[in-house]
Amino acid sequence: MKTRRSDGQKTNAAVGRSRTVRLVDIAHARSGDKGDTANIGLIALTPNYYPILVKQVTAARVARHFKGMITGPVERFELPNLHALNFLLHGALDGGGTISLKTDAQGKVFSTALLRMEIEVGK
Amino acid sequence: MDYLMMDYLAEVTMSILQKQKSRDPQRGYATDFVTQMERILPTVVERGIKVSANAGGVNPRACALAVAEVARKLGLAGKLTIGVVTGDDLLGRLDGLVARGHDLNNLDTGRPLHDVRDRVLSANAYLGAAPVVEALARGAQVVITGRVTDTGLTLGPLMHAFGWAPDAWDLIAAGTVAGHIIECGAQCSGGNCLRDWKTIPDMANVGYPIVEARADGTFDLVKHPKTGGRIDVASVTEQLVYEMGDPRAYLTPDGVADFTTIHLRQVSKDRVRVSGVRGKPATDKLKVSVAYFYGYKAVGTLVYAWPEALEKAKAADRILRQRLKDLRLKFEAIHTEFVGADATHGPLALQDVDVAAIPEVQLRVGVRARDEAPVDRFTREIAPLILNGPPSVTGFAGGRPKPEEIVAYWPALIDKRMVQPAVELIQA
Repeated sequence: MKTRRSDGQKTNAAVGRSRTVRLVDIAHARSGDKGDTANIGLIALTPNYYPILVKQVTAARVARHFKGMITGPVERFELPNLHALNFLLHGALDGGGTISLKTDAQGKVFSTALLRMEIEVGK
Repeated sequence: MDYLMMDYLAEVTMSILQKQKSRDPQRGYATDFVTQMERILPTVVERGIKVSANAGGVNPRACALAVAEVARKLGLAGKLTIGVVTGDDLLGRLDGLVARGHDLNNLDTGRPLHDVRDRVLSANAYLGAAPVVEALARGAQVVITGRVTDTGLTLGPLMHAFGWAPDAWDLIAAGTVAGHIIECGAQCSGGNCLRDWKTIPDMANVGYPIVEARADGTFDLVKHPKTGGRIDVASVTEQLVYEMGDPRAYLTPDGVADFTTIHLRQVSKDRVRVSGVRGKPATDKLKVSVAYFYGYKAVGTLVYAWPEALEKAKAADRILRQRLKDLRLKFEAIHTEFVGADATHGPLALQDVDVAAIPEVQLRVGVRARDEAPVDRFTREIAPLILNGPPSVTGFAGGRPKPEEIVAYWPALIDKRMVQPAVELIQA
């Protein structure tokens, strides 16, 4: 069972050894477009968070996170040298570029949408 | 400062410039480049700074002639050699290329160009650094190109300055990475930087990035002292991952860069060292960007106020959609967003929000169709909602939205051997 703490973080009472944070607490990000594909680069705030990103922020998890917002598959690439992951979200931009009717036709703020994801980290 | 690189061409720019050229054969380039050169040419000539810019658009020669005229006006006659790079424009060659088996199928959808052939507005191959190097080698101080890649405008000067061979793949990759980092200007030096954004200083005077390059392919990113912004590992990493695609294969006409080999180190304040970049041989293809007329779109907005702002906006959207249905208008897409609630993050945005307390919501409805008539009819359906729909509505001072023409992009590949860049020199 998850309970919200006063500092906005959640503790995982069932496990007791980890706590739940949002990605925004352990990573930063920038996103943009390639046609109808959103490109999100996710960067660990410190190198020790990078293995947590690799383990938990899988392509499948990101696809579930953006369910209803994208029509195609999610690809993930690892950049251990930059402590970063790069995601391609296909079918994310209503046709993309000039065709798209979306405010975010260039996928510029998919970055912070990803940073909403909840992650388990050690205490 | 030895070289100044300026990138002018977004994809949409080429079709706009093509339209200008079809009305006036002397136009079709970025005129703000000429204005900029008028301001800086005296310094550029005095200090021997070289310039590479893809401001030529679909008419690099006319752009060069305009810069030459400005140079003469500034008393620099005989003191400036301008290099003109052409050969990227495929518009007049499209049918011949297709007839010879270069099918230019859409890279994303696989569809043949035939689908849109009669609506094509511009077609340009992305040239690499080679013609920029040639222009510099032949003595050009200002190199004006058409559709040369952003990275080629940075790599070209590095190849020229250090004598890098076109098949020195690690060096080519290093110069490409340098180009990728600075191609969005201050977006690597503090602009649009999420990490610690509130503490990035003096953004009104943000410093643009400078590459301090060495012959071995390592380089430092710095900016002028007493400018704002920040150059650190975070700001540079954010730009590296920006629109990167597959990091192991960042494709350019000049070579393939492997971004998983890049090493970044903060050397001192506002100085990041880049090293370790490895590359692979270029492919035998060039990317082609074809712009074609797609159809029409329009976006209408209204603002709803507390209480129950989101509920009111949603009710208005339902009424509007019913009207469009009753009018039997055919659209390819109708897209609704509630700005202030879900426009940027969709359903993710409302997970921890007291929806009833949202102070205001902008209803934003967009429609798209191949024909103009239904889009035009849609634009007349927004205003009536003010009097005929849910209460507490405002924000229509801008008037009826206008149908807008959509120019879309058709990415394709072509064999490199079919595209021959050409370099011409013009004396001011």
